Amino acid sequence: MLVTLRVRRFNPETDLEPRFQEYTVDVPEHFTVLDALITIRERIDGTLAFRYSCRMAICGACGMRINGLAGLACKTALRSALNDGTVTLEPMGNMPVAKDLVVNMEPFWHHLRTVRPYIEPHPARIGPQNEYRISPELVDELSEVVRCIMCGACFSDCTVDEIDINFLGPAALARAGWLVRDPRDSRAADRLRELSKPHGIWDCTRCFFCVQVCPKDVKPMEQILRLRRLAVEAGITDNNGARHTQAFVDSVKETGWLDEFTLVPKSWGWNPVALLPELPTAVRMLVRKRAPSPVHPRQPGVDEVRNLFEKTERKRSVKDDA
Amino acid sequence: MAMEKIAGKLGLELVGLEGAACTGAGVLQERDPGLADTLNARTLAMAERLGLPVLTICSTCQGVFSGTLYRLNRDPVWRARINEKLADLGYTYKGTARAAHLLWVLVEDIGLDRLRELVVRPLRGLKVAAFYGCYILRPSWVVGTDEKPERLKYLEKVVRVLGAEPVEFPGEYKCCGFPILTTNRRNSLMMAGTHLTDARRRGADLMVTPCPLYQPEAVKYRDPNVRLPVLHLPQLLGLAFGFSPKELRLDRHVVSVLPALERLSLKV
Repeated sequence: MLVTLRVRRFNPETDLEPRFQEYTVDVPEHFTVLDALITIRERIDGTLAFRYSCRMAICGACGMRINGLAGLACKTALRSALNDGTVTLEPMGNMPVAKDLVVNMEPFWHHLRTVRPYIEPHPARIGPQNEYRISPELVDELSEVVRCIMCGACFSDCTVDEIDINFLGPAALARAGWLVRDPRDSRAADRLRELSKPHGIWDCTRCFFCVQVCPKDVKPMEQILRLRRLAVEAGITDNNGARHTQAFVDSVKETGWLDEFTLVPKSWGWNPVALLPELPTAVRMLVRKRAPSPVHPRQPGVDEVRNLFEKTERKRSVKDDA
Repeated sequence: MAMEKIAGKLGLELVGLEGAACTGAGVLQERDPGLADTLNARTLAMAERLGLPVLTICSTCQGVFSGTLYRLNRDPVWRARINEKLADLGYTYKGTARAAHLLWVLVEDIGLDRLRELVVRPLRGLKVAAFYGCYILRPSWVVGTDEKPERLKYLEKVVRVLGAEPVEFPGEYKCCGFPILTTNRRNSLMMAGTHLTDARRRGADLMVTPCPLYQPEAVKYRDPNVRLPVLHLPQLLGLAFGFSPKELRLDRHVVSVLPALERLSLKV
């Protein structure tokens, strides 16, 4: 099978700008993208830089952008990636390029270190005499995150990190989401408080890119949303994110639909100073008759909606008693 | 408003789902996924009872419905648990509901050929940047872009059929930043602003989106050099179908649509 690999090449030590180079190579149909890259390096161009180790989607070294989306070169069948016989390969995003398809993952590791990505047991419980209990259900849930191989694909395509590299990012937050629920860890409350600060769980914009690109189906965004839930349940609600969610949920429960008029002020805790930047927009919307109505009548059927809310809330409190 | 206007032209009869709840827009899902699926299963069951598909004009609502359907149709245990909660209200989700965004209906049900026939005012000379919004695109296995990858180009196709010229820009599949407007205003506006600036630089007169979240987001981005109006998909269709800008509420846009309309020799 004759294929063309369009590879973005860049050597920061010698090049001013990245450029695309095309390699056309004859490879067997069953080849992965990584197999094709290795073939090129062996037969055509020994200077082409890419990183790999295990070739079986367990080490996480060969993360790169394949046709614009981050993924593992070793896990991507070449045939599935071809558009008119061509596949485009670029280095991962949000990290500086070291050479060609190799990035320097330091920003990724930095955020991972920030969340203290290891189990921190209570000092009094360390030792062979102590054992921890964990339910099979929780093991199943946690294994979703445990299978993360730190390839950086989620971080590469995170739309928040793209404009604010201080955001802790999907992988680090997913890892924190595991530790918060792990019975061996003693810092759940502290962790939730730290993660609720700026650059943490409330900065995720729920764009689903990390869920889309994760080669191990960790669903990082879902882990972040779970952390938000756990933080609120732990009483850490003094932030706009928690207030925004609460205002939204209350509005649907009480009226069946969203009260857009009060959502923003409620998110800011009705703090007049913080709301000032919103004023020009509010005025312009009023002038153009585009502002949402301050009158927010209950929708028909709201009794049924409330019934469903109350059923869930009742169930939760029964679980708490048990 | 614009949707009600264009529905007749498209041959769609809209039947209001009396009593349907807000989909939760992902926010309710984050607080309580089970409750969110129950509320949306109720809405889908209402549609089943009428024997009608659900039409959405909001990428976010579409994403939520797609997610609910994905779980309910694949996981019989989950569906049974949800139906148990709905039982005493007299609802059962049977597994036959369909929810589709207007954009998909336009191309897959109505067809671009039929759409072309409906254009009485070709938007010739207008350069339109297409912005999709997250929830109509991802995850691809939930919203159906795995089976139908061509859905990633529908907006451009529709723009072309309406007589306008699509403008490509790097952010068309990215996030507009709306969900974090109150938690991180700077980041939120940076996202919106990047897309508006990119689209403007590439010559766009306006942006069109199937996701109504982007409109309120875009008006908050105040850079006098980047005044790019954002139209909701039904509004752009309405223009091509011959409705007056006023009928489509284009006079109420905070970022003036006037310069774009002048290209069509129209006034607000």
